[in-house]
Order: sequence, then C-alpha cells, then structure tokens
Amino acid sequence: MIKKILDTSTLDKDLLKQLDAYIMSLEGDKQEHLIHVLHKAQKLFGYLPQNLQLYVARALNLSGARVNGVVTFYSFFNEKPVGKYTISVCMGTACFVKGADKVLSRVLELTGMNKNEISKDGLFTVKDVRCIGACGLAPVMTINDKVYGKVKPKDVDDIIRHYRSIENESK
Amino acid sequence: MTIFDKLVQLKINDITVTVEKGKTILEAAEKIGVHIPTLCHLNLQDFGVVNKSANCRVCVVEDEDTGRLVPSCAQEVHDGMRIQTDSLKAVMGRRTNLELILSNHPQDCLTCIKNLDCELQSLAYELNIKEIHYQGEKMSHPKDETSFGIIKDTNKCIMCRRCITMCNDIQTVGVLSALKRGFDSVVATAFHLDLNQTSCTYCGQCVSVCPTGALAETNDSPKVWRALNNPNKHVIVQVAPAVRAAIGEEFGYEPGTILTGKVVSGLRRLGFEQVFDTNFGADLTIIEEATELVDRIQNNKTLPMLTSCCPAWVQFIEHQFPELLDVPSSCKSPHEMVGVLAKTYYAQVKNIDPKDIVMVSIMPCTAKKAEAARGELNKDGLSDVDHVITTRELARMFLEASIDFRKLPEDDFDDLLGESTGAAAIFGTTGGVIEAATRTAYEMITGEELKEVNFKQLRGLEGIRQAKVKIKDLELNIGIAHGLGNARKLLEDIRDGKSNFHAIEIMACPGGCIGGGGQPYHHGHTDILLKRQKALYDLDASMPKRKSHQNEMLIKLYKDFLGEPGGHRAHELLHTTYSAKERI
Repeated sequence: MIKKILDTSTLDKDLLKQLDAYIMSLEGDKQEHLIHVLHKAQKLFGYLPQNLQLYVARALNLSGARVNGVVTFYSFFNEKPVGKYTISVCMGTACFVKGADKVLSRVLELTGMNKNEISKDGLFTVKDVRCIGACGLAPVMTINDKVYGKVKPKDVDDIIRHYRSIENESK
Repeated sequence: MTIFDKLVQLKINDITVTVEKGKTILEAAEKIGVHIPTLCHLNLQDFGVVNKSANCRVCVVEDEDTGRLVPSCAQEVHDGMRIQTDSLKAVMGRRTNLELILSNHPQDCLTCIKNLDCELQSLAYELNIKEIHYQGEKMSHPKDETSFGIIKDTNKCIMCRRCITMCNDIQTVGVLSALKRGFDSVVATAFHLDLNQTSCTYCGQCVSVCPTGALAETNDSPKVWRALNNPNKHVIVQVAPAVRAAIGEEFGYEPGTILTGKVVSGLRRLGFEQVFDTNFGADLTIIEEATELVDRIQNNKTLPMLTSCCPAWVQFIEHQFPELLDVPSSCKSPHEMVGVLAKTYYAQVKNIDPKDIVMVSIMPCTAKKAEAARGELNKDGLSDVDHVITTRELARMFLEASIDFRKLPEDDFDDLLGESTGAAAIFGTTGGVIEAATRTAYEMITGEELKEVNFKQLRGLEGIRQAKVKIKDLELNIGIAHGLGNARKLLEDIRDGKSNFHAIEIMACPGGCIGGGGQPYHHGHTDILLKRQKALYDLDASMPKRKSHQNEMLIKLYKDFLGEPGGHRAHELLHTTYSAKERI
C-alpha cells in the first residue's frame, strides 16, 4: 500500500471524466497544453486544489512542482475556493498610475474582506491581478468575464450593488 | 555554407577574437583569457549541463555600440560586436547587481555551513564589496530540516536556478521548481511540501551546485561526536571508495590524490575503535550480486538485473517506476553490508553486545544518510548503520579536532572487515561496479581464470553506455547509466519490453560516487571529477588482487560465518527489499 501524501481519489469522478476527455482531445505534445488543461480544470472544479494539480501533473507526465509553479505564477489560477463572482482589479502599470489601488481598497471595503478570501455571503472573491492587456481602459476591473473600464472608486458601489441585487432577485 | 559563415569576429576589451556563431560573450572572453565574474551561470560541459538563466546579472558587460549592459553568460556574439568587460559602467553595474542580491541575504556567514566555500561570499570579496547600500526586505521562510539528507534554507536562495536545472533536466526527479512570481518567487517543492514528503532521492546534486547555503547536507557530526564521547559505546567507522580520492581537495591536495592511509590514521585520532573499509563491503557486494546475476541468467529469472548500491537510484525507482521493483538486485549497498557485519560477525568475534556498537559511515553521498534511516535496514531496534557523514563533514571534523591532515601518518584498515581488492576500488566511478561484477561473474560461470581484467569498453563518461562481454558461449549485454535522467531512459525501455540487457549499472550522480552530493565542491570544474575517476582506476591497477573473490578475509567470512554466497544467512543479513512510493 503506497502512502498517500495527497489523495486524488477524493476528486469528483464525473468532472475528472470530462477533464480526461479534454486532455484526450488535445493534439500533439500534451505537456505543451498545460495552461489550457489548467484553465479547463479550473472551469470544471471552480478552483485548483493541490490534489487536482497533482492529478493534472500525472495526466501530463509532469512533476507536481512544475504544475504548481505554473499555477502560482499566474494570478488567474486559484488554489483556494472562490466566490460566485471573482472581482479582479488590474494592478498593471497603466492601471496603477490611474488609481487602481484606490479602486481595490474600495472593493475590499464594500465586500468586507481581504484579498483572495470569500465574502461572508459567498458571493465575492477579490484579487489584484497583473496587466490584463486593456491598458486603454485603465483602470480596469473584471467581474468573471465582464470588463469594467475607466472605473472610479465611487463607481464600485453601483457595480457591487448590481451583483447583490441580481442575487436577491434570484432568491 | 563555408566555415567562415559559421564564425563571428568581435572585440572584447579591444582584443579581436573569432568564435563560432551561437557562442556567448562569456565563452568568447574565456577564449582570450578575459575573466568575467559569474554567479548563476553553471557549465558542466562534460555532462551536457548548462544553466544559462541569466538571473543574477553579475556577469554584465558593456556593449559599446548600444552603451547597454548585457548578461555575458547568455548574450550570443554577433559580427563586429564591441564589448568592454572592465569599463566603469560594467564594473559599477555588476557591483550594484551584487549589492542588490546581498541586500536581502542573511548576513550570518560566520556560522553558515558554506562559510569559506560559498560562491556568493567569494564574489563579494572579488568585487570588493565593503558596504551594502541597499536594505531589502528579508525573506522569512521556515528551514526544511525534515529529510535525512538535505537541509533547505530558502532564505539563502538567490534564485540562480542551478538546483532546478539539476533536479529537472539532469535527474528528471522534478522535486524543485520556481513557484510564484516577482518578489514572492521562490525555489520550492510542489505545494511547499516538506522534502521528506516528496519524491526527492536525496542525491544531493542540487547541493553540489548551490552557490550559497540554501541547500546543504544535514550536519550529522554532532551525533558522531556524542557517540565518540560516550564511554559505553564502541564506535566503528568505515570509508567509501570515492572518499579517499576527493578528501584531499579540502586540504589543498591536487584533485585525484588518493589519501587512504591519512584518512585511516585521522579517523583513529578522532577516537574510532575500529576503522573498516567500505571496499570490503564492495567486494562482498560483488560476490552476492554476481551470484544473483548468474542465478538469474541460468535459471531464466527476471532480467536485466540492476545494481542496487546507489540509494538515490533505489529511491528513484521506488517513486518513479514502482512497477519495476523486481529488477534491482536485492543486495544491500556495501556500507550497509559492512554495518550489519560489524554488529553480527565482528560483535561475535569480539564478544561485544551489538547494542553497544555505533556504526558510522563516511560517504561521498547525501542519499546514504536517508538510506541508513530506511525501515528495511533498521530491524529489531538495531540499525545496520547509525550515522552517515559526508566527505565534507569529515574534513570539517578533522579541522574541528585540530588534526593537521597533511602531517598525518599512513595507517592501514583494521583487518577483520578491512581488506579489499582493485575491483572494490573502482566502485566509486560510473562503470566500476559492473566491471567488478563482470570479473567475478566470468570466473563463476566459466570456472576458468580471467586473464585480462580491464574491461575498457565499460569505462568512460558517456551518460549511457552499452557493451558486450563474451563469457565462453554466453554474450553478456551490459548497460551503464549515470545521472538519473539517463537511468530513466533505460528504465522506460525495460518497462516497454524493449531492453535486452542482462545487467545494468546505475549511479544517480553524474560520474558516479566521485561526483556525489557529499563530495568537496567542484564549483563547475568537471575536470576535477575526471581526475578523481582516473585516481580510482590507477588505484585498481596498482593492487595485487583485482577480483573480489580473491579477498582472503572475505573467503574467511563466508567459511566462518556466512556459509554459501546467496545462502540462507547471507540472504538474511546482506539482502533487502524495496517498496513502492508515491510520485509527487
């Protein structure tokens, strides 16, 4: 019996099946597709727990350290569970000089938590990210796939209120 | 394309130099004897390893045409290039870069394990740094002291990535990688696991290239001092083949000077009661291993048989190829054999309670420390080997005891477990174990005397070698690999059923034990390894007996104590088992 440091058998079987199918569908050197595979895994599972990273490493015949290195390099990847809405505030140079730090502090104030945590209502996770390539719209903030450009700290109130109201309506 | 299309002419410090296209400024400068300080750069050309991460920026030189500083270790030359290595801009640039590296480096050099053997320290001296103008935020990572072989002190890491190159590209173990980015970036294991939770083999190749004290061997000398100071303990020591060819470097001897006699007398002065020779264990390993090989060949059992002397390699197969655990020989490694015999045979002869015996091994290796702690080699509360000290640690113990190594007399090993042959001497180099085994297997199979004992086709430094040895009507296919990346290739062939070898020798470290993770630092000078290797072959050639089965104390050991080679008692004491481990 092999001693298990990280148990991959606790991962959801159906989701893993979908991930396997995606990996199977990749052409050429599968190791080259690591980032795509991680995107897919994060989409399926919501985040990338350690045992999932290890699962990906073994599926692509890479070392766990290599995969963990890539996951921790890119701020897009989450090692911890995230809220329903991920608010990413771009801290790239252009956004930063246009006051992204003030936007970030307002977001944190309104959601009442620290970076990379989940808000009490389970709705939000806030991250500061590297340049997302929309410098013309600086400062930029994204909520899941939606982009908000030229955001001022006072705009944040409306935006957050908007997402909260969607949730209240759906209840 | 003519030869001239492949050549590039440039000027370095106004000296014209012509080199091949694709060479770096650093290589061009070396050609004309211009020295450029480097730090992260590492070129082990004999093993095809180059770490060209251009991270540290200590090697910057000035490109006169652009006025810019470029990293000479990575920047390729081009025609008409004009480089200044000693302009004010270049000198100040590399000073600033080094000061920035030092700005968040712990300043505990006095008590650091790498004190006086540290490349960062030497460079600070060389660049005449007397003041650090910047104060950086210090890192505060916990020290990883969980493993039995290697200590990882991340706070001393300068992100040169040499260890990553060794662990991933050469050894293909993949335990270390760069995590995170920017100021937070760090060389670490997956998920910051403790080293002893990973697939680390403890080969120590990361240690042997680390320029600072970020990676080092565990320091076991305090335990040895304690044992030596305990009047109730009978402390015995043994010395591995590769130690005698390297320890001199710590005391200013030319690399490749064999200093067996001085090591033995030095160990007696430290207070060891008996000084045994791991080479005796090597001869014994050959008898057991050759017996096993002949049995496997003649009775159609699992082939190929892989040598099992190298604990890093054993760890590697357990983690990476758990389905192939029937291919390594079941023989314990030589020092474990000497250890178990010290606590049985020697204890019986001298009428000493084995519980009072402390066995210390002097090894070129960090993985031997972890090996000695294996459950399989610690039965009924008795360890075959209690403590393992590397070549470097022994040198430090001599210093600590104010023993003037150069003035030590020559002494001989204690004879019960001290005799050895030339076959054992070459155990410390790649190809040596299998050559020694072949000498004995030949006579076992044919019953005839082997006249030519030098199997030159098994020697060399190629990463993977193969040779055929004719033993009467049997043609023995022999494979040799050193460096775990090379071993992996042979193992994949075995797994896929494509291997037709009878026997394969594997050593984890490039060059074999002469290049072990516990040896004096070569600082990138691989010619040192070649000299150590030559020294071992010369030692073999100088010995009157060159086949393991000619060792008379060994013959006596089988007659008085062990019985038949491969027999019941030999199996009980000299053989071991392996277990599958997780791959992370």
